[in-house]
Amino acid sequence: MIIELGHFALILALAMSCCLAVLPGFGVSLGRPALMRTGGSLAAGMFVFTLVSFVCLAQGFIGDDFSVAYVARNSNSALPVYYKISAVWGAHEGSFLLWCLVMSSWTLAVAMFSQQLTDDMRARVLAVLGSVSIGFYLFLIFTSNPFDRTLPFFPSEGADLNPLLQDFGLIVHPPLLYIGYVGLSVPFAFAIASLSSGQLDAAWARWSRPWTNVAWAFLTLGITLGSWWAYYELGWGGWWFWDAVENASFMPWLIATALVHSLAATEKRGVFRSWTVLLAIFAFSFSLLGAFLVRSGVLTSVHAFAVDPERGVFILWYLIIVIGGSLLLYGIRAGQMSVNVGFGWLSRESFILANNLILTVSAITVLLGTIYPLIYEWFSSGQKISVGPPYFNMVFVPLMLPLIALMALSSFSRWRRTATEVLFGRQPIRLLISGLVCLIFCLLTSTWNLWFQVVSLISIWLIVNLLADARYRQGGRGFAGFLKQTPSYYGMWLGHIGIAVSALGIVTTVVMSEELDLLMSPGDKTQIAGYDLRFEGVERVNGPNYSADRGIIAVSRQGRLIEMLYPEKRLYSASQSVMTEADISVSFWRDVYVALGEPIGNQAWSVRVHVKPLVRWIWLGGILIAIGGFTTILDKRYRRLKMARQLQSRAETSVQASLA
Amino acid sequence: MIVDKRFLVPLLGFMLLVAVLALGFKLRDPHLLPSQMLNRSLPAFSLPRLGDPSKTWSEKDLYGKVSLLNVWATWCPSCVQEHPQLMRISREEDISVFGINYNDDTAKALAWLQRYGNPFQLNIADHDGQLAIDLGVYGAPETFLVDAKGVIRYRHVGVVDEHVWADIFAPMIAELNRQAGGS
Repeated sequence: MIIELGHFALILALAMSCCLAVLPGFGVSLGRPALMRTGGSLAAGMFVFTLVSFVCLAQGFIGDDFSVAYVARNSNSALPVYYKISAVWGAHEGSFLLWCLVMSSWTLAVAMFSQQLTDDMRARVLAVLGSVSIGFYLFLIFTSNPFDRTLPFFPSEGADLNPLLQDFGLIVHPPLLYIGYVGLSVPFAFAIASLSSGQLDAAWARWSRPWTNVAWAFLTLGITLGSWWAYYELGWGGWWFWDAVENASFMPWLIATALVHSLAATEKRGVFRSWTVLLAIFAFSFSLLGAFLVRSGVLTSVHAFAVDPERGVFILWYLIIVIGGSLLLYGIRAGQMSVNVGFGWLSRESFILANNLILTVSAITVLLGTIYPLIYEWFSSGQKISVGPPYFNMVFVPLMLPLIALMALSSFSRWRRTATEVLFGRQPIRLLISGLVCLIFCLLTSTWNLWFQVVSLISIWLIVNLLADARYRQGGRGFAGFLKQTPSYYGMWLGHIGIAVSALGIVTTVVMSEELDLLMSPGDKTQIAGYDLRFEGVERVNGPNYSADRGIIAVSRQGRLIEMLYPEKRLYSASQSVMTEADISVSFWRDVYVALGEPIGNQAWSVRVHVKPLVRWIWLGGILIAIGGFTTILDKRYRRLKMARQLQSRAETSVQASLA
Repeated sequence: MIVDKRFLVPLLGFMLLVAVLALGFKLRDPHLLPSQMLNRSLPAFSLPRLGDPSKTWSEKDLYGKVSLLNVWATWCPSCVQEHPQLMRISREEDISVFGINYNDDTAKALAWLQRYGNPFQLNIADHDGQLAIDLGVYGAPETFLVDAKGVIRYRHVGVVDEHVWADIFAPMIAELNRQAGGS
């Protein structure tokens, strides 16, 4: 009964989304404010019904209702209750329901926090979000219904959730990622609303900026978390695989990063207007494309959901309508947006342009690598290849280095024009300081790897520049000027520091990690990177839905015990699958990562040990970047009540595109 | 209204992408072997043994018994996930397990086998992907079921886990063995 209720609520949510797509839009074209204002309540309705639907499915999981096919495939009565709940988004159907829930939450948020918009604009934005949602609900109900029953004969026990996903990482990773993915629909909706109204001034940039920053920050967190999850859960110490599904989340991130920057330029200086609109369309397009790649089975991958051609066809048509339609609208309207605002060669505008160029090229590079197997197959009449990490590392790293270097220089750039003196005047001394820090680092670790030197030099140079900028802000002595900045500035500052921290973490981990594979019997000792490891043996332990061999390993340094590690080899009883559960001694400076291999002979086990210096910095950087993104929305100017009026007067003075 | 044609370029780019995706999509169901390879003999090859380039393997070395031909690589995370199952199959099942080490590095591959154990009776070093292309391999892991006469009977894309083994491979192998015994 509850399941049918959930199904019914989902259909009502679809109905709400249809009304939302149509009614406020009618209001706009008929000029009827009452009709325009229906958007808010329709958005609320859509959210409530989706939430009801989601809660009903969750109840199906908690109550072990195995007559529901989706529950039977992804749950088991022995599963702990928190995994039963997270299993709701453990496979295709339920995760798409979560996607819809996130979509309706964003729509509701836009309806609630956009009081400063004119009725007309608000109605248009909500109508776009409603139209986008229709496709999602149709897809869910007609191709991926999580409420399908397998009556009258249903299994008495479920097949269990994929053991890889029985983990804290899975509880939080998909929701965060989806909030980011779907959140990009908001700047998209603003862009389309502006294009369709012909109100193509810089105002839309101001409206979209806080939304974009939040969505982007969530996407950053989601990706960071995914990388961390892969690191400890896949059991072999890697943290990024250039897998098609990872790329699907990384491409929108790259474009959204470009968007975050170009929105700033459009808002502050009115430049790049048409380009920013295009980026807003692209950012959401890439997140839809990601959904297509992941859910259609067109590419095979570790994370790929169940393959179903019917779903792929649906999403492809959806892409054609939504992206094709928006790009067509863009093609027709964008020409009216061109505006001549000049800026000098050495200006913040130029830096942002370079940033946009590099990030867009990177995203296209990743896209090419991801779909290259398809293109190749086409031109070679059915032969297949796959593109691995070598391609991505080769093309991606050279793009990122100049990006970080530009970031370092841009700290001192000003809008319009920057004096050469301000930009380059003190760079020799800063480069010297960075070089010295880098040299000391190399000497201490006796690492003489060129990549390490180059990447760490540029990253340290970025940090030195950011510190110097903080020091001399507004000509202030000490850090007094720094303390008086706006949240936008702190956000930028933190975000850029985060990039440097991540880059340092990545290059150090890649270059300096040590790993050891060996056979250990109880009592055996080994040494790696200055750590002593002692294998105490293996014991049997039982979890709620698995049994495991648990290794006991003492990690010590110079005779002092640091930590006992308990890596496990688990056998999940329902699915009979074996999982390696690594154990990690975590610290700011390095991880000691231990995974249990196979039992070999008499009480001996193969054991794999990694020592990974600065690996935590990779994710620390990601978190700093996300915090930076969240910080920017604290800016007061986004909360001014009189904004609508200001925007109106601004819109009148700026170049008005006429509705033809 | 004058439309500036430059602004239609993104739309053109997108249409191109859709064409690629649609064609890619139409061309392949990734779980099926292109029909021209199914029920055909293995393509002829002569490739070095993994770790010993002085000796080579050819398709004839795979004849004689029903076998699994597993495409693997050290850069493939799913291969690690699949590995215990291959170890079990080579230990417990009456079937040969052969490996194609695909687009990989010899030293890394050998270290990998040492680390996780070696389920393969023989390992073909296909480091420029020539054999994989002949077989129509899309990525790793992929597993081919080859009968005693060297004819490809089935192709599985992705991890061979307990379910795939029990539901697909085991019955097919039983059937192949029955046919071979009966004839």
